[in-house]
Amino acid sequence: MEMKKAEPHIVVQDLTVAYGSNVILHDLTFTINRGDIFIIMGGSGGGKSTVLRSMVGLLLPKKGQVLYDGLSFWSAEPEEQKRIIRKFGILYQNGALWSSLTLAENVALPLQQYTDLSLSQIKKIVSLKLALVGLADFEEYYPSEISGGMKKRAGLARAMALDPEILFFDEPSAGLDPISAHLLDELIIELRNSLGATVVVVTHELASIFAIGSNSVFLDVDTKTMIATGAPRKLLTESKDPTVINFLTRGEGRAQEVIR
Amino acid sequence: MVSDTTLQKAELTLLHLPDSTMTVRLSGEWKSGRQLPQGEGFRRQIESAGMVSRITLDTKAVTGWDSGLIIFLLDIIEIGSEMHIPVEKEGLPAGVQRLLVLASAVPERKGVRRETAKISFVDRVGDSALSFWRSNLEILAFIGEASVAFMKLLVGKAQFRTSDLFLTMQECGAQALPIVSLISILVGLILAFIGAIQLKIFGAQIYVASLVGIGMVRALAAIMTGIIMAGRTGASFAAQLGTMQVNEEIDALKTLGISPMEFLVLPRMFALFLMMPLLSLYADLMGILGGLIIGVSMLDLNFMEYYHKTRESVLLNDLWVGLFSAAVFGVLVALAGCLRGIQCGRSASAVGEATTSAVVTSIVSIVVAMAVITVVCNVLNI
Repeated sequence: MEMKKAEPHIVVQDLTVAYGSNVILHDLTFTINRGDIFIIMGGSGGGKSTVLRSMVGLLLPKKGQVLYDGLSFWSAEPEEQKRIIRKFGILYQNGALWSSLTLAENVALPLQQYTDLSLSQIKKIVSLKLALVGLADFEEYYPSEISGGMKKRAGLARAMALDPEILFFDEPSAGLDPISAHLLDELIIELRNSLGATVVVVTHELASIFAIGSNSVFLDVDTKTMIATGAPRKLLTESKDPTVINFLTRGEGRAQEVIR
Repeated sequence: MVSDTTLQKAELTLLHLPDSTMTVRLSGEWKSGRQLPQGEGFRRQIESAGMVSRITLDTKAVTGWDSGLIIFLLDIIEIGSEMHIPVEKEGLPAGVQRLLVLASAVPERKGVRRETAKISFVDRVGDSALSFWRSNLEILAFIGEASVAFMKLLVGKAQFRTSDLFLTMQECGAQALPIVSLISILVGLILAFIGAIQLKIFGAQIYVASLVGIGMVRALAAIMTGIIMAGRTGASFAAQLGTMQVNEEIDALKTLGISPMEFLVLPRMFALFLMMPLLSLYADLMGILGGLIIGVSMLDLNFMEYYHKTRESVLLNDLWVGLFSAAVFGVLVALAGCLRGIQCGRSASAVGEATTSAVVTSIVSIVVAMAVITVVCNVLNI
């Protein structure tokens, strides 16, 4: 990839997320550059997915801002919010396919919603997107008829339907075997390179983190805030925080990891 | 290995050595589910033993063990630490030692343990008052949004798939006919039967036709259909939407800028709004048929007599009131089902709670609405 000057795409400022009075994470500030594959990592139950919900407009933050191209999402007018959301593609943890629609209809719905394309054009795009994720023969299947990994891939096809500028992934490799997880990682890199999209991934899978992450933020379960940010490999070698080192080395400490 | 069929009893012997060491000698089969010595007994013995500077453990005579032994040893270690007596674990089998290390080494994460602080009565009353208020606001907001969506539908701007509408109409219309038939005929029968016993005393059996006709057409058909639909369709709406909530399908709609209110709630609400009056009309006929069966078979009325009396006593106004009530109940059942589904938490048990709550809400609102309609009709002389 050609080297470009880093250009901020998404800026998270002083973000505090809470369910009612129960604060999940507080005072998060980080910047995601255009074309980054940005990892939001941290221990289980630490609120990674909650941050994602706040970034994509599902959970009103208690405090703070999420800026897209300098525009604050949560203080924008509903129409403006809709325009920002239009740029998103989101892959939910279990695919979140609409169970009453076939795979083809699932992928087609965003297109019907936001474009004036004719039915035959939509059909072509749907076939293309499903073929990209290896589900070309499954257009007429319902979500209940396919496996978990296929649901995830179909969810990805739907997330890509509108050629989004930003792709969000919530635990993409959860519940996948190592090979499928690896293939999904490669697909994510491929998509970033070909679509030029900015990718935000919530995960705690170390293999994925090191394989695809160009930048990251580490959320700590105990202090309920971020304690490190930077490229994962750089954090591994340079971070001084024992929690971060423990996480990135599966609790084995840095020595072993460096020898490898 | 020597197989020993007579399992030895777990036993505990304490040896107080002259250098103030207490040796705990365990023997026999230390398995949970058997009569094991308790930590409390050990505590009393230690307390009465006088000067003890350390506790050693000897398990050479233990023939078998499981968690029962570990729990007992943990008790001993705790008692030791309470009384500031060191407990030496060297005499234990290696497996037991490892388990003891694991059991006591789990670091406790901050804030994990639930706070069990007592909440005062006043606080509880305040909390429930506030949550009652909040849930009412939520219901009002939901009704408001639903009304806006309905307006959009009327001006043709609502976004939903017409195929969803027809599918729901089929599910809550035609497919409900068998159960509606059964219940309505039986209600007609019961009504006629109870009426017949009283009216026969005055020789006024013929008025059974009026009783059943007016009762069914004006109120009972609508109420019974409403209650059937609450249990059948309202619950299924809540379960469908609740499961969609659990699967993040509703999130996926929202992040596409599609309003779940228009896409999911509107077709369901509109389908029930259209189907309920039709079902209610059908239930009217079935109820009257039930009354007719009793009238002809038990009261010696003939078919034409019954028919004419029914025509004479049931007014068109009664029919309008019944159909209007049915449409209102349809909207209420759909709203209650969808509201509880959308409010559903993110677990399987939450879906169960949502369906229960949907049925209860629907039935309560049906009865309240019927009371209001009856009073209003009375005031307006309809």
